[in-house]
Amino acid sequence: MEKLLEEFSVGLFFWQTILFGLLLFLLWKFAWKPILNAVNDREEGIKNALDAAEAAKKEMQNVTADSEKLLKEARAERDSLLKEAREIKEGIISEAKEQAKVEGDKMIKQAQAAIESEKKAAVADIKSQVANLSVEIAEKVIKEELSDKKKQQKLVEDMLGDIKLN
Amino acid sequence: MRKTFFTRFFLVATLLLAQFTFANEQEHEAEEHGKDLKTEIKEYISHHLKDSHDFSLFSYTKENGEHKYVGFPLPVILWDNGLKVFSSSKFHHGETIAEVDGNHYKLYHSKIYKTDSEGTINYDEEHHPTNVKPLDFSITKNVVMIIVTGLLMLWLFTSLAKSYAKNNGIPTGAGRFFEPIVLYIRDDIARPNIGEKRYKKYMPFLLTIFFFIWFLNIFGLTPLGINVTGNIAITFALALMTFLITNFTGTKDYWMHQFNPLGNTMPWYAKIPLYIILVPIEILGLFIKPFSLLIRLYANMQAGHIVLMSLIGLMFIFKSWLGSPLSFFLAFAISLIEILVALLQAYIFTMLSALYFGFASEDHHEEGHENDPELVHL
Repeated sequence: MEKLLEEFSVGLFFWQTILFGLLLFLLWKFAWKPILNAVNDREEGIKNALDAAEAAKKEMQNVTADSEKLLKEARAERDSLLKEAREIKEGIISEAKEQAKVEGDKMIKQAQAAIESEKKAAVADIKSQVANLSVEIAEKVIKEELSDKKKQQKLVEDMLGDIKLN
Repeated sequence: MRKTFFTRFFLVATLLLAQFTFANEQEHEAEEHGKDLKTEIKEYISHHLKDSHDFSLFSYTKENGEHKYVGFPLPVILWDNGLKVFSSSKFHHGETIAEVDGNHYKLYHSKIYKTDSEGTINYDEEHHPTNVKPLDFSITKNVVMIIVTGLLMLWLFTSLAKSYAKNNGIPTGAGRFFEPIVLYIRDDIARPNIGEKRYKKYMPFLLTIFFFIWFLNIFGLTPLGINVTGNIAITFALALMTFLITNFTGTKDYWMHQFNPLGNTMPWYAKIPLYIILVPIEILGLFIKPFSLLIRLYANMQAGHIVLMSLIGLMFIFKSWLGSPLSFFLAFAISLIEILVALLQAYIFTMLSALYFGFASEDHHEEGHENDPELVHL
């Protein structure tokens, strides 16, 4: 103990206290404060970045879920639209077919009627022409026949004969 | 790979150099004085452990017997009826008497005494000088090393602080080595011992004291032959800081604990006989805690230097092919251990300071606390 006290130097103690105090102050101000702040900021930055990443991940999940839902809805809508369209198409086709059939029938009937009337007209025409031709033929034959007396006679007789038969 | 080799080589070379410088010096001195080698070594070691008024790296003896010192003198500042400032070169390493303003001073065993013009030193029966010792505020070797360490720390840590701003929060260069240590002190020393809420205000002190002790311990292992942290005045000043901070930041609970350690666990009349013993112990503990800090650091560094130098000295005492290499390798091994001790002592000082701060700034005193201050004395 005595040796320790003897070794103790007041001057050295004085300088140590002064210099250490000064060093502590300077380092406090110019080193430890900025270092600890910078480290703190960095750690907070990392923490914030991690939080943000976590939030972004959650957001991502939400978005994915949303888009899946949307996709599902869209798909359902497409399906229903397609179904509707098919129905409409079928409706149109069947309606068109029916209409076409009706129209066709109608046309066929008209055609038939026209044909019928044409036929009748043609037949009537043929009949009148035949009648005319036969009158002309009969006229020519009669003229020929009646040029000769005998023949006139015979004709009258034949005609009379026919009447008898009647 | 190459780099680590060079680092190792450099380390080994430094350690070897430290030993050779010392050894050279010793041999010359022994030869010159023709003294007993053992006494010579003993004197050298005790001289080395002390502070000195000049910064001498080593000394040798010329052929004509002249003692030559390599180093530089330092200013001597004395308070002896007025301020006296002169260069330590006036002492010629204790060989001559310095005369300043009509006063005569002599350097004797690293202390300055006021003498007559002859340089007579009077002794009492126990061979202690009885001459007047003027107040000595000299810039000694230790003061120089404190300044050098201080400047080194300022440079290192301000540049680390600046590198954050420059490099977007990432340290560069030497800062990459020191930043984890700073973080270690924060996360593993300050936070657990002081508590999340209060550790911040103690951080500058803990960081400063850790690096200060560590750097000076490491400097003590260099061939410069300095022994700052093994000086009782230094460790006293450091421990005093811890003591003052502990008690000035002490909360009400802390002081309550000092004077009423048992709290409300028993009626007051039961406490009286216990407190006759307990309170003095608590109050003694206030002083024992920092005292243990100062003695621990002092003794460890002092012992390390003594062991290391004694082992080197053994080389010259053995002077044999077996003994000398053996003590050489022993000294080498101790050097390596001392590097560890340098860090360890800095850590322990910081750790215990943090622990004491933790006790002092604690708000609630939990009943049946396991870490009672008295029980934690490493």
